[in-house]
Amino acid sequence: MDLRFGDGKPTDEERAAVDALLGPPESSWEGADRSDADLRWARGGREARDRRDLLLPGLHALNDRIGWISEGALDYLCRRLTVPPAEAYGVATFYAMFSVRPRPATVLHVCTDLACTTAGASELCAAVEARLGPDSGVKVERSPCLGLCERAPAALVIRAGHPPSGDDPPRPAFGDEAVQAEGGSGGAAPGVGNGKGRRRETPYATAVVAPATPEATIIATTAPEDAPPEPAPALAVPQAGHPSLTLLARIGTTDPTSLDAYRAAGGYTALRRAFALGPAGVIREVTDAGLVGRGGAAFPTGRKWQATAAQPDHPHYLVCNADESEPGTFKDRVLMEGDPYALVEAMTIAAYATGAHRGYLYLRGEYPRALARLTHALAQARARGLLGDDVLGQGYAFDIEIRRGAGAYICGEETALFNSIEGYRGEPRSKPPFPVEKGLFGKPTVENNVETLVNVLPILTMGAQAYAAIGTPTSTGPKLFCVSGSVRGPGVYELPFGATLGELLTLAGVRDNLRAVLLGGAAGGFVRPDELDVPLTFEGTREAGTTLGSGVVMAFDDTVPLPRLLLRIAEFFRDESCGQCVPCRVGTVRQEEALHRIADRTGAAAAGDVALLREVGRAMRDSSICGLGQTAWNAVESAIDRLGAYE
Amino acid sequence: MTAIPLGVPRRLVEFTLDGQEARVPEGSTILDACRAAGKDVPTLCQGDTLTPKNACRVCVVEVEGARTLAPACSRRAEQGMVVRTDTERARHSRKVVLELLASSVDLSTTPSVAQWIKEYEAKPDRFGPDAARVDEEPRVDNDLYVRDYGKCILCYKCVDACGDQWQNSFAISVSGRGFDARIAVEHDGPLTDSACVYCGNCIEVCPTGALSFKSEFDMRAAGTWDEERQTATTTVCAYCGVGCNLTLHVQDNEIVKVTSPHDNPVTHGNLCIKGRFGYQHVQNRD
Repeated sequence: MDLRFGDGKPTDEERAAVDALLGPPESSWEGADRSDADLRWARGGREARDRRDLLLPGLHALNDRIGWISEGALDYLCRRLTVPPAEAYGVATFYAMFSVRPRPATVLHVCTDLACTTAGASELCAAVEARLGPDSGVKVERSPCLGLCERAPAALVIRAGHPPSGDDPPRPAFGDEAVQAEGGSGGAAPGVGNGKGRRRETPYATAVVAPATPEATIIATTAPEDAPPEPAPALAVPQAGHPSLTLLARIGTTDPTSLDAYRAAGGYTALRRAFALGPAGVIREVTDAGLVGRGGAAFPTGRKWQATAAQPDHPHYLVCNADESEPGTFKDRVLMEGDPYALVEAMTIAAYATGAHRGYLYLRGEYPRALARLTHALAQARARGLLGDDVLGQGYAFDIEIRRGAGAYICGEETALFNSIEGYRGEPRSKPPFPVEKGLFGKPTVENNVETLVNVLPILTMGAQAYAAIGTPTSTGPKLFCVSGSVRGPGVYELPFGATLGELLTLAGVRDNLRAVLLGGAAGGFVRPDELDVPLTFEGTREAGTTLGSGVVMAFDDTVPLPRLLLRIAEFFRDESCGQCVPCRVGTVRQEEALHRIADRTGAAAAGDVALLREVGRAMRDSSICGLGQTAWNAVESAIDRLGAYE
Repeated sequence: MTAIPLGVPRRLVEFTLDGQEARVPEGSTILDACRAAGKDVPTLCQGDTLTPKNACRVCVVEVEGARTLAPACSRRAEQGMVVRTDTERARHSRKVVLELLASSVDLSTTPSVAQWIKEYEAKPDRFGPDAARVDEEPRVDNDLYVRDYGKCILCYKCVDACGDQWQNSFAISVSGRGFDARIAVEHDGPLTDSACVYCGNCIEVCPTGALSFKSEFDMRAAGTWDEERQTATTTVCAYCGVGCNLTLHVQDNEIVKVTSPHDNPVTHGNLCIKGRFGYQHVQNRD
């Protein structure tokens, strides 16, 4: 490989941002000034190229400190990592949170997705833009779901800035985010500094405003560090403290920043039991418990673990999918913010069972508090021997690296996520081969989402049989639901599988004049108010012709204009399509166009376009590469068939 | 020494193709099996010298027991698999995909596509006159190639040919996302500012004419391009000792473009800048 790098020169600030991540360059072969010694040998080859996976952290480093990624900065980063500039440019332009054009340091992301739109996101956007005026130095971006649906409308401020006070952060021993301890957005948690005088340890500042008023949003954009702290994660759990809770038991009752509090509340008993059982025993327990993936596909977790553990190729990897981007979903955020050690423990167990010594936690870029909490939890766990070379003195080595996403829904698809971590565009790979055989870095990989992993803890502490007794015979265990929209108590609810949709909505205090419920998020489907007796199980929803998906329950009363909602869903998929395959790249565009044409029409006037939608939708479902294209038509189809949207 | 490269003997995989027993060597794709059986499955992004990216989804077939259709070009035949290539479901998807493509880009220089559009009764104009298209001016920034985005179906073949599959120049990649995704060099600049080495291997693999020789582009613009009148002569490149095969396309006693036979075991259709573009001296008649 004889790479040609551009002539662009980084500014000192850009160079510092990259060097803070990678350390100073050692020779001119990776971007330093040329010295006599450099003429005598060549550096590069496999060793240099093996750092390709630091491309995404490198782009973050630039974006965090400068606010955008210039040609010179990108060229310098490419030189450091031996990545072809064309490929790095392709990666940088793939993610919504990066910009390769100059932009103001402060970017305000206003969520315009389903829950926020119905809560007045457009008005919020208009008001904020009017107040800020044209020369405010703030870029206002309309954003897909920020995962704050329980506090809609929501906004997220990110201000790129100078390095943290004091010395430059040291080069991390393991990964990129390890140095970013608590900081950024203020958490309400004890032990995290709030408000003025808070020492910032990240090169950027964030503030989450939800529910957002124009006033609060303006204040947050002008001084993100001084924005009032977010409400505690427990406020997103209306059942908090209730004795019936299993997965949410510690949220609101246990300090999420304290490892001691976690251990006092039963933490790390599951890992001890795992070590007592041995890897095969853990897999047996998980299989016997009947745990299936909670990300939407409902694949049996035990089988996935077994298949990975049995692969002769090494090393094995564990990936936690925390790229929760499905509109309407926020349960993983609440779990990570409210009970971060639980995820760390569960990942350790999963890795132990499948023979992995390194785990990657791929976290949504839009979750600053979850990032801070998990970074803190990892550091604490490492310091106490719960991660590292000798976990719990059992001679088992495991560590976790956090990888921050940069705004791409598609990266929640498991193979797209691998590409993203590896420093490629987040495009899905075609399967087979499946990840258990060839996953991250081409090695056997087990990938689970946050909720699935957290379920492993009660399985080990209460035993497979007791766990399997919860729920129904085929959908076992507790399930989290993200309820938002026209309800009095939006938030994350935990119910055993088998409760009906009506029971859940009653619990959440559904408002009168319910028009429709969106089940499973934008990739899910609508159900009518007279179908509320559908049992919330995988088989029950399938029988009713819909899907449980990731557990989204979004209620819409009759004030919500259905066609506008469908348009927003179509726009979401068009925007988030990676563009790799034709049915999805063009099909999502044609779907949105047809919906625009029939936005205000019904009956015969809409019939032609509805037929067109069906044909395109069917081809997208049948022939798209991945789940995004395959499900992009679900919600619209269900609205037409079940709600009579355009009759 | 044998002149024919021999591989390791491979086992045969037996499966059912359109109700008939098919036997193909292990590792063959469904498309290989179809071609061996004399069946025509349309493909756009598949290339004989590259690992298929299966992005166009025109070659989808129905595999019994699978939830979705499978791309024939990259799905390997498995023992006992039951494949149907011509079901209503597969035909429907092919039809819609052809419509989606033809409504968004110009396929006028894509071989075979007009015939498929007819065969599958695709109606690209039914998305209406306002359907979004990739309407961009061709980029002419050097004397050797033209990039015409209005014809690009994002098959990734040029990216693979420029990257680790052949040329290892890594000068082109895909940028952006979704409908706005485009093949681009670094910083989306002109080709002359990029890492391009002008080997032309991307033109060799482009299935739609989105990448073309400047000579062909100019002649098409002038209305003088006429493949009927062209002859193709394969010869050996005289520049160095490697001995690459060149196919000279000649119209009216002028070389109008140079390709290379894909079945050549040394070059597989790839050339360097000299072999591909260095033919002017042949027709320098002063």
